[in-house]
Amino acid sequence: MRSTPILRAVDVSKSFEHHRALDRISLEIPRQSIFGLLGPNGAGKTTFIRIINQILAPDQGRIEIDGEPLREEHIYRIGYLPEERGLYKKMKVGEQAVYLARLKGLSHQEAVKRLRQWFERFDIMPWWDKKVEELSKGMAQKVQFITTVLHEPDLLILDEPFSGFDPINTELIKAEILKLRDRGATVIFSTHNMESVEEICDRIALINHGRKILEGPVDQIKKQYADRTYILELAGKHFDPADVPEPPFQVLKSTRDKDTDIVRIKITGDAGINDLVGALLPHYTLKGLREDIPRMRDIFIRTVNAQTPVQS
Amino acid sequence: MNKILLIIQREYLTRVKKKSFLILTFLTPLLFAAMMILPAWLAVHNAESNENILVIDRSGLFAGKLNDSDKLHFSVRDISLDKAKENFYKSDYTGILYIPHAPEKENPVLYFKKQPSVVTVQKLETRLENVLREQKLRKALGVSQQQIEQVKADIHIRTVKRDETGGEEAKHNQISMALGMFLSMAVYFFIFMYGVQVMRGVIEEKTNRIVEIIVSSVKPFQLMLGKIIGIALVGLTQLTLWVVLTMIFAGIGQSFLTSRLPQGPDARQLMTQMMQQKVPDSSAVAALAANNAKVGQALEIIGSVLSLPWAKILFGFIFFFLFGYLLYAALFAAIGSAVDTQEDTQQFIFPVTLPLILSIVMMQFFIMNPDSQLAVWMSIFPLTSPIVMMLRIPFGVPWWQIILAAVLLVATFLFMTWLAGKIYRTGILMYGKKASYKELWKWLRY
Repeated sequence: MRSTPILRAVDVSKSFEHHRALDRISLEIPRQSIFGLLGPNGAGKTTFIRIINQILAPDQGRIEIDGEPLREEHIYRIGYLPEERGLYKKMKVGEQAVYLARLKGLSHQEAVKRLRQWFERFDIMPWWDKKVEELSKGMAQKVQFITTVLHEPDLLILDEPFSGFDPINTELIKAEILKLRDRGATVIFSTHNMESVEEICDRIALINHGRKILEGPVDQIKKQYADRTYILELAGKHFDPADVPEPPFQVLKSTRDKDTDIVRIKITGDAGINDLVGALLPHYTLKGLREDIPRMRDIFIRTVNAQTPVQS
Repeated sequence: MNKILLIIQREYLTRVKKKSFLILTFLTPLLFAAMMILPAWLAVHNAESNENILVIDRSGLFAGKLNDSDKLHFSVRDISLDKAKENFYKSDYTGILYIPHAPEKENPVLYFKKQPSVVTVQKLETRLENVLREQKLRKALGVSQQQIEQVKADIHIRTVKRDETGGEEAKHNQISMALGMFLSMAVYFFIFMYGVQVMRGVIEEKTNRIVEIIVSSVKPFQLMLGKIIGIALVGLTQLTLWVVLTMIFAGIGQSFLTSRLPQGPDARQLMTQMMQQKVPDSSAVAALAANNAKVGQALEIIGSVLSLPWAKILFGFIFFFLFGYLLYAALFAAIGSAVDTQEDTQQFIFPVTLPLILSIVMMQFFIMNPDSQLAVWMSIFPLTSPIVMMLRIPFGVPWWQIILAAVLLVATFLFMTWLAGKIYRTGILMYGKKASYKELWKWLRY
């Protein structure tokens, strides 16, 4: 099937004084995918990302890029947009972008050439000679995004990339991220914004208290968390819960919209969807039926809460 | 390596291109040059004015005693003060000196049209005092004019250092003192000024939140080192420009001054002569000194300037200047990394710079006792050596002490930079955490 994963973490642990930031994290990130790294604040995501960027060294375990242990040269293949990010305020935009690009190994001419292309594409050429302090937050974020991807990294690590963007620019950046993936880049995407996870992530890993508690393709995880709840649209007469006997059916919610009732029903026990439809058809006209697949947000909250020991 | 160069380049260029750097670089030499030129200018323009003075002597003590000098002309006339005042503005006199009957009880008065210089008034006073003293000696004690001439004396002490090998050289301690103070102050200011710039630079990177972007491309240690070296180059540039520009400005000022002197002053000739003589040997100086006290004195000063241990001074200055800065810059970088804002730095700056401040406070004592035990040890101890050693070198310091201090300084610099690097590495990525010493200790062990 696919080749070696672009990134593999094996048993990575990192402790700070009296605090275990990462506890034997192992995961694989397949090439050319968008990988969501999720978890509540303080879960260890940033520590993990910093280890990949060789800002921190793990206490135990190892990171492999393309099957090779992490080396200094790998930083040229990584583009990192940290959550805490900014630019030198007093420096000019173009000058600064060139500087950052050269730190990533580009030559001066190459950096200028590529920057011009990006600036023209984003229609921000007039900013070139402006000082960063003259830019708005969203403008500065755009420049940062460009400097992150300018050296065409194989592995992009984006920590909350959409914070500070208005919806229009969020869409713009989202489209750029997908474009980069389609051209072969792999993206590690760390966020709290679950809607964007659902929209663009292929796989996710959920981390809490330094441990990986969930990993897999987004659609599979969703299926796994689906608990046989269905949403039905019924017409004909007003919905009466007595028509669906309590076991094996459980009515969670019903609302009326004009002449249609929208009902959420969970099936328990051995009963199936056929039994439910069979019970309803004599009384109502079935206008719609779909499985209620949980949103990532609910999975996130449910998993994290289940794992967190209840305190006092 | 290439990346450190990039960082050095950025640190250097952004600072050198700042307006404040340009202003400071050009204004300071103007100030220095003015400080050098001003005394000379004042001497030329304000020393002695040409005065033509009408003397009304009621005491009768000064008749025939006030001889003209090249700038002072006296005419003693027996007229009333009121009349003299009345005709003052019709006459050529620039002043009327009225001497009452008893000039010691009742002050003489000088009426003038244009304010005479302070020097002129002082000279007048000295003249009157001398005349009075001689009068008294003659009248009260019966000392003859000849005896008075014999009693006159002019003493100038030559200070000569005799070293272990029996060599002798004239020493002007004031020169060593002034030089020592200047050098150590220069080192002190350089360390402080540019050390604080390093700290500010680190805080700037932290508050701008750019630091994590940078350390994903370079090692934190490289970033720290690049910043320290870049700022050192800014300092060296500034220093070089200051010296060169001061010399240029002073040169322009001097030629402007001398061109405005009508009669070519002897002093200029004298200086060229003295410079050509190079190192005057002390016997020649002594012989000259016997003939002409002033020339001899000047030659001796030049001789002792030239006999200063210039090799040691030059080596010492460049070395201690640079490594003193490097050592403290690393500590300043560590402080910058440990705080979030400029305001939080105080608690760390004071203990770190305490050895520097102590050295400056002790300067007065050390300059008087450059070979005292405390001075010797503080000039070897690496945290104080950059300042105290520079203070001592002009007085003569054996090479072994300089080498020992240098080796210790380099070793401490390496150790401190390693230590600072560890704090820095952790500190730059910590936000909103109030760093305490306990916290820093933990960071060292991450």
